Amino acid sequence: MSINATPTGADVAADETSGAAGRRATVPAQRGGRRKPPLSENKKAERRLGLLLCAPAALVMIAVTAYPIIYSVWLSLQRFDLRFPDQREFIGLENYVTVLTNEFWWTAFGVTMLITVVTVAVELVLGMGLAIIMHRTLIGRGLVRTSALIPYGIVTVVAAFSWRYAWTPGTGYLANLFSDGAPLTERASSLAIIMLAEIWKTTPFMALLLMAGLALVPEDLLKAASTDGATAWQKFTKVMLPVMKPAILVALLFRTLDAFRVFDNIFVLTAGGNETSSVSMLAYNNLIRGLNLGIGSTMSVLIFITVAIIAFVFVKLFGTAAPGSDDGERR
Amino acid sequence: MAVETTTRAKLRWGLLDVLVVVFALVPVLWIASLSFKTPATLTDGNFIPREWTLDNYRTIFDTDQFVRALINSIGIALIATLIAVVLGAMAAYAISRLDFPGKKLLVGVSLLIAMFPQVSLVSPLFEIERQLGLFDTWPGLILPYITFALPLAIYTLSAFFKQIPWDLEKAAKMDGATQGQAFRRVIAPLAAPGLFTTAILVFIFCWNDFLFAITLTSTERARTVPVALSFFTGESQFEDPTGAICAAAVVITVPIILFVLFFQRRIVSGLTSGAVKG
Repeated sequence: MSINATPTGADVAADETSGAAGRRATVPAQRGGRRKPPLSENKKAERRLGLLLCAPAALVMIAVTAYPIIYSVWLSLQRFDLRFPDQREFIGLENYVTVLTNEFWWTAFGVTMLITVVTVAVELVLGMGLAIIMHRTLIGRGLVRTSALIPYGIVTVVAAFSWRYAWTPGTGYLANLFSDGAPLTERASSLAIIMLAEIWKTTPFMALLLMAGLALVPEDLLKAASTDGATAWQKFTKVMLPVMKPAILVALLFRTLDAFRVFDNIFVLTAGGNETSSVSMLAYNNLIRGLNLGIGSTMSVLIFITVAIIAFVFVKLFGTAAPGSDDGERR
Repeated sequence: MAVETTTRAKLRWGLLDVLVVVFALVPVLWIASLSFKTPATLTDGNFIPREWTLDNYRTIFDTDQFVRALINSIGIALIATLIAVVLGAMAAYAISRLDFPGKKLLVGVSLLIAMFPQVSLVSPLFEIERQLGLFDTWPGLILPYITFALPLAIYTLSAFFKQIPWDLEKAAKMDGATQGQAFRRVIAPLAAPGLFTTAILVFIFCWNDFLFAITLTSTERARTVPVALSFFTGESQFEDPTGAICAAAVVITVPIILFVLFFQRRIVSGLTSGAVKG
């Protein structure tokens, strides 16, 4: 990892001070000839410090994600039920056949897709509205922004309980809004409430991402459009949207992947009853209730692949620039 | 004429503002309202309590189950935040300031983890942590929290670090400070607001988690409040758990409200600068 290791820099205690110490050891040697040719010493020290500073973060991230996902592939190829540990054996792709021919999996997959598509679409529209309000409102900007941050910050489980009690007959203020039944005991209304809870919780986040895009729209351009007689709608579609397109795509990508993970709201609102389970709910149930690691891991791998496909489609088809990438930063 | 239109515009914006505020606050006020209701009025469906009581709060603070969970929540979130911000700051400094191989790779890996489906880790982590003896412990939750907080920390901090006037660092180095000293003495104080903002965002993330907390714990040893809340329901420890659940929910919402009230500007700038640049 390090070329020309100094005593302190070589032991990878990998914290900032040891990196700095390594650096300190090399600096005086070249202080005399600062701008002279052998810049490579300086470069080497810089490289070493960079790697040392990044190593801990990189190691943790890889150890807690890459290794488990590989392990998960290995587990998914085995019959492994914690209730019957003696029957553990390698069974190839049998678990995949089991899951992919199971109607519960496909129901959950459909539910997850439905929730993802509907919530992200609604959030895009509402989020855009909220972003414009937060960005341009003439009065009470601080108040609006503070209020909007509350759904973002609040614990999802807390919000879910609030919605659950709101729709509970007798207790809730919303229970008798549409009919006098119990909305959380029927499939369609349960799904609608789950989506409402999701939208309430994550629209502000979408709005904040979009607001970052709004800030990039040059004020001059809007003024020029006004002088040319553009209507508010024309300004929005012809000026703002094109400038904001990259921000919109990134927001959509992040929210889509996030929506696909929907779990907390369903757990609290319906516990997956009436066929409202998402794939996350199903994987959880297989692991904790069913204690079936083989099947649970198979679902883990399938979810991972689905998410990878979604991300790939976004990046390839829409050309979403990776946030943080250099081309994005120099805008 | 001009005055009149701005008044009308202000009125229109004001109306929209009210809409947003109501939309955002109603669910929060509702659960707070439930937490103050007496058992007799709990099911009257009234948005504002007819009779007020603090009994629900007394109940939860008298139960070990909740107090233990609250300690777990606070301890785990604080430790995870501290570690994630320190590791994130180191990496972000390197990314924004230094030239080294593998920089792009690190940014790419962080991005992948930001998009990673956490539920995919639940089964393997459950098994790995059982083998390592980390299951149902604080470190067992702190580790995944750090992992998923790191991309957020790295992005937000890189964005902040890029705004720092680095000439000051050069000046410090001219005066004989090493890069490490320049970092600690000159840049760190300038970066403090960014670090603080990042810490808030990371804390909110850890505080919020439910999926890892419910799968990687099994007892009060490491169970956090969101999980404990969901278990209030199943056990008939209280006659009707609704009031207790709502009180506990309000307790863990208070820190969030305080953050948002005092640091709105910082949170907004942190999320908009770090989350999206493209």
